[in-house]
Amino acid sequence: MAKVFIYPATSLILSDLVARFGHKPLGAALGIRERIQTAGIDSPPLQITPEEPKRGLKYAAVEVPSGVRGRMAIYGPLIEEAEAAVIVTDADLAFGCMGCARTDELILFSLRQSDIPILELNYPANEEEGVQFVAAIKKFLAGLPNGDEA
Amino acid sequence: MKAEYAPDYIGTVTKYVFVESPHMTPGELVLRAYEISEGVLIKETCFGLQVTGTSEAVDRLISEIRTFDPNHIFVKDRGFPPGDPRRCRANLGGARPGYLGHEREFRLLHYITHGLEALERGKGVPEMVPAREKKPRLDIQRLQELIDEES
Repeated sequence: MAKVFIYPATSLILSDLVARFGHKPLGAALGIRERIQTAGIDSPPLQITPEEPKRGLKYAAVEVPSGVRGRMAIYGPLIEEAEAAVIVTDADLAFGCMGCARTDELILFSLRQSDIPILELNYPANEEEGVQFVAAIKKFLAGLPNGDEA
Repeated sequence: MKAEYAPDYIGTVTKYVFVESPHMTPGELVLRAYEISEGVLIKETCFGLQVTGTSEAVDRLISEIRTFDPNHIFVKDRGFPPGDPRRCRANLGGARPGYLGHEREFRLLHYITHGLEALERGKGVPEMVPAREKKPRLDIQRLQELIDEES
């Protein structure tokens, strides 16, 4: 079972397909859950404390806004942990404030800089593309360590 | 002085289960899930359910739930436990943060279902078409022509 980073990190479709084909999806929920379940200083809503931008320094320079560094404290360790990644490039649901937008750019940059295998594709817009989408993900995941060769 | 934070549901895992099926409603799914829940907390939602419990118990329940309608049931992780006041719309009003993203992907689920069924039947994969190009924008000369025609 390989650990596969998914982008958008909140994607239902990618999370399901990666798990369905026998691998572990690494998405935003894992990072958030870790913080939500750790006791400490009350810092609602996501328990992002002032420590997070400091941890984010590992992934972004000090002049990068703390909002991006704080977010990277969640995604950075997941990217480091990932053995592969599936990216949907036309995900119009992956938008947000400037902090989210810049973090998304940094996530994609970090993934492409790493040496892990990456599959990039678009969301399906019809049934034919649905077959291609699922087949491409299945084939990609089957080629990963401990995947079932398609 | 900063307030202390004491988390609930420590050591648990929460997962969303989405059902987009002509054969099963979220209500039916939740009833069948309750029958096999064995200590897992289940919350019914408009799109399916949320399950919370230890990792092993949730994984066991999810693998059982998937067998009800494998190509129409979709699962993903959730960071917050169900009913958390920071996320529950009962406290916030309006859609729960993250719901709109789910709604966007929910509309694509029937394409994914079609893909899963086609692969299951061993149907050949249609040739990959090149990535969709963006619609060309209105040419400035064409715009001028349109303006001239109207005036």
